[in-house]
Amino acid sequence: MASSIGLYSLFFGLSSSFLIIFFSIRNFKNLNIFDNKIISLTFLQLLFVIISFIGLILSFVNSDFSNETVYNHSHTTKPLFYKISGTWGNHEGSLLLWLLVLTLFIFIFLITSKQQNKQYRILTLLFQQIIIIGFFIFIIKTSNPFNYIFPVPIEGLGLNPILQDPALAIHPPILYLGYVGSSIIFSSTLAATTLKYISKEWAKHIKQWVLISWIFLTLGILLGSIWAYYELGWGGFWFWDPVENVSLMPWLALTTLLHCILVLEKRLTLTSWVVVLSISTFTLSMSGTFLVRSGILNSVHTFANDPDRGLFILIFLFCLIFLALFIFFFFHKVQVKDLNNFHWLSKETSILINNWFMMYFLTVVLIGTIYPIFLEVISSEKISVGPPFYNKLIIPFLIPFLLAMAIGPKLKWIKSDLQNKLNLILFLVVSILLSAFIVRMLNINFLLNTILVSSAFYLFFVTSVDFLTKKFKNLSQNIAHFGFSLFVLSILFNNIFSTEIITNLKIGETFKTEKFEINFQNIEKNKEQNFVSIIGKFSVENLDGNSTIMEPELRIYNQPNIVTSEADIKTNIFEDKFMTMNIVQNQEYFNIRYQTKPFMIWIWISVLLISFGGLKSLFIKRYEK
Amino acid sequence: MYGRKVKLRFLFVLLILVTLILSVFLILKSLEDNVVFFQSPSEIKILPELDRKKIRVGGMVKVDSIFVEAKKVKFIITDFKNEINVTYSGVIPNLFSEGKGVVAEGYLKDRNFFLATKILAKHDENYMPPEVKAALEEK
Repeated sequence: MASSIGLYSLFFGLSSSFLIIFFSIRNFKNLNIFDNKIISLTFLQLLFVIISFIGLILSFVNSDFSNETVYNHSHTTKPLFYKISGTWGNHEGSLLLWLLVLTLFIFIFLITSKQQNKQYRILTLLFQQIIIIGFFIFIIKTSNPFNYIFPVPIEGLGLNPILQDPALAIHPPILYLGYVGSSIIFSSTLAATTLKYISKEWAKHIKQWVLISWIFLTLGILLGSIWAYYELGWGGFWFWDPVENVSLMPWLALTTLLHCILVLEKRLTLTSWVVVLSISTFTLSMSGTFLVRSGILNSVHTFANDPDRGLFILIFLFCLIFLALFIFFFFHKVQVKDLNNFHWLSKETSILINNWFMMYFLTVVLIGTIYPIFLEVISSEKISVGPPFYNKLIIPFLIPFLLAMAIGPKLKWIKSDLQNKLNLILFLVVSILLSAFIVRMLNINFLLNTILVSSAFYLFFVTSVDFLTKKFKNLSQNIAHFGFSLFVLSILFNNIFSTEIITNLKIGETFKTEKFEINFQNIEKNKEQNFVSIIGKFSVENLDGNSTIMEPELRIYNQPNIVTSEADIKTNIFEDKFMTMNIVQNQEYFNIRYQTKPFMIWIWISVLLISFGGLKSLFIKRYEK
Repeated sequence: MYGRKVKLRFLFVLLILVTLILSVFLILKSLEDNVVFFQSPSEIKILPELDRKKIRVGGMVKVDSIFVEAKKVKFIITDFKNEINVTYSGVIPNLFSEGKGVVAEGYLKDRNFFLATKILAKHDENYMPPEVKAALEEK
């Protein structure tokens, strides 16, 4: 029942798209009056998609197995929370969520952009409707979430247990808010280019959308990383895996765009660059969806999927890129003012330097992600590109990037002098000495690590002193940059100081190293709603007699029959203690991994700080209005 | 001869070109060093010479071949035509079990022995790495 209502309202939603387009085109010539029918219709479309989405949620909650999607991804014994989150834990449902956010955002755009030019608003709506129609057809044709199966199965196949997790329940919606937010940037940039509407006011208005998508994308990636950290049991949070990379690429493009929009807002230069970046951000978000869902990527996160869908998104994507490029080349006029008339030592230069590095990082990630696909197509050679590739190419370039990040915000527009040169040099000396002192105690590459750590410390000191003396020009920027320095520092120290033990133990055995010993005391079995849990009890004793009890868990799910390991993580502000255990089929041995990971929590905190910087900027703008 | 602006812009374009060429060169260079090739047990048998580089071997874990010791795990990867002995010490992913697909990363000792440094985890019990699927289909 809920399923068929959902399906019908999808068709109604698609039809309202055509009505919106019809009324918009009729209203377009009229320069003054905005036809209110358009807003009502957009709202109606949003309503249809919401009904459709609720229909799917209800089918999941009621375990209606006549619905193919529900049958494939749900099970009666699954807890209610994961029945609901299972709605978007699969391909069909997640696309419906995409569509929901698409329609929601264009509605919000229409009601919040009343001060903007009327034609611009309508044209943005038109471009957005093209994307929306594309997604409607895509969903109805290739991935209909409401397919009916007969005879109706008695029981569903169940949701992949590693997706049954609170962080992963909210990870897709938040990430999608970021992805889809870039569609508004895309549509409105195309509209503004066509109407030659790009101006300082436009930059100010679109900056909010850039900030919104940027914040959500940052938080979405953060949630995914936290999930990977405690659920995949490797103790890492970023694996340079293609599926992770496709979310990082739009983030890099969006961050670059965010900085360029500031230049556009203040100085009205770099317009072409802003247009190109808006197009690339959305393209990267779309190809992200395409690459993850098409199954071409060979990734550790891959779930079983269907290649036909990929083809549709690919064709659709090419049409959009073609449209965008057409508009860019035929309508975009470089304004006369749009010259590089600024001094080499100025804020513009520093932002351009930021762009260069960002684009370089983006290229590295892009090539690392698509080169294996490319090679397989032309030579059927199968390869993978691992973390060493990215580490080698990205880490050295972080050094000038961090330094520019510290000094750049201190500069003024057009032409500037560095004030307080003495202070800046003093900080540099202090950072180098401090890092050399820390790095010297350790057995690692001295030169590279010292320079790297000192540049991170440098940014850290410069931004934190700005907090203390309240000399910052822009609080949100200072928070975000400070967060980034904290981020780099915590990752560096986390990498340098992490320790790890991997061993196989039987119950009752003890594993000794010079630093501590691990004693496997016992195991305990419990029956839960849809899994059996096996909890191991370990005591980890340090040399100084301090002992910690670690209780990693194994879950044997009933449907589908999968074993997952739940890491036991003891967190404090200095370090995380991390333990996972696993059974190897029919053997008495348990596979144990024990890690200490310093400053782990600071990695999460710093990313939160970075996005908080964005949030601050968003609300200050609102407040000023 | 040329105005200051033209000169500046020329410098600007030159700078972009140089960075572009430099970064493409860097990226391609380290791609060469850091790429990991995938091979099936049958492909390893007919390798003209043994590579010292890191590779990935994929196939099925042979039934009744897993043997766990305190320090390491031994098992056999098969593509039903040829097989290879694997020795591994490290984290064993949840979905690692007999008769299921596996991808191991590490170094070849000779044509019959593989020293694995990592076993790749997959998220889905029905999922088979594309390489394994292709290798199995070839037979």
